[in-house]
Amino acid sequence: MRYIEPHAHMVSRTTDDYEAMVTAGCAAVCEPAFWAGFDRSSVDGFHDYFCQLTDYEPKRAARFGLPHYSWLCINPKESEDMGLAREVISIIPEFLKCPTVLGIGEIGLNKNTRNELTILQEHVDLAAKHDQLILVHTPHLEDKFKGTRLILDLLKSDSRIQPNRVIIDHVEEHTVSMVLDAGFWAGITLYPESKATPARAIDMVEQAGMRNIWLNCACDWGRSEPLAVPRTALEMRRRGYSAVAIDHLVYGNPLRFLSQNPRFQIA
Amino acid sequence: MTRQQVLDLYFMDARCKLIELAAFLDRVERAEGEGDFRHKALLKALEVLSSREPSRARDVLMTLSDPTSEPLAAAPGKGACGAWPGPPQS
Ligand SMILES: [Zn+2]
Repeated sequence: MRYIEPHAHMVSRTTDDYEAMVTAGCAAVCEPAFWAGFDRSSVDGFHDYFCQLTDYEPKRAARFGLPHYSWLCINPKESEDMGLAREVISIIPEFLKCPTVLGIGEIGLNKNTRNELTILQEHVDLAAKHDQLILVHTPHLEDKFKGTRLILDLLKSDSRIQPNRVIIDHVEEHTVSMVLDAGFWAGITLYPESKATPARAIDMVEQAGMRNIWLNCACDWGRSEPLAVPRTALEMRRRGYSAVAIDHLVYGNPLRFLSQNPRFQIA
Repeated sequence: MTRQQVLDLYFMDARCKLIELAAFLDRVERAEGEGDFRHKALLKALEVLSSREPSRARDVLMTLSDPTSEPLAAAPGKGACGAWPGPPQS
């Protein structure tokens, strides 16, 4: 089996996890910029983080022959401080030149505040100006429904944005249809407690259709499972899906979205 | 999958989670003190389970969600707790 892990925070995982993912069939991993579990005190902290994403992690993954790509932004949990957020946005263009950067992400909302929305809009401006793909994080738990609606309203009202070049991640049963109906790609995140389980993820795919959906593990420093995508493939097998159908969802779909950036090249 | 196949594949898992939920509610009620809005929110979400509509997962999520549409003036912290506490107290 082969699969692409389109959303994993490998900076917080061990080298053993890289090895396990490749052993399970991972053909490429993509890492969006996110919150470190604590607030960074200055733009320099983000500069170092972007160096880690664009230089150190690709080398660590390459030890296992695994292509590593990244997405850059200041995440919404730190966007409430608009001064810091603007400083960070100002250093992103120099990193967009790195050959493994795929776009702007994971931008979005956390507590659905006005400041977060302002910084989301400024990231969208940056992506539009540099013709970048966009990866959007939708809020957690009770904030997801409202946040997803606010994000869709912002993106749909922007004529520069092509929905097929934007993936809205962490959808669940109450948000998946509004994302797909608006023409965006949807990401389903597999987590042990929040977000979706393998069974629910396949239920959503069965109801919404397989066309513009990807699965991801979003593994990070919290409780998460780096092999959640191959485990979901196994769950599909238990339901009687063919190898071709599974390949379509866990490999073909992320390949189709990510290949919109010509930098995404896997053998 | 047929309904029979779904039952064969998932019944034991669902039974296990149902009993865990029942035991959790008993545990909350045996405990002393005030508790908070999350208990009430869970009881309200449970009502959805007896519905005949095949959209229970979505409907449970909706009962636990913030239904408002205005952005907040400021973040009340970074985290989320899984149930909507109601509008922020000013
Ligand atoms: Zn993430």
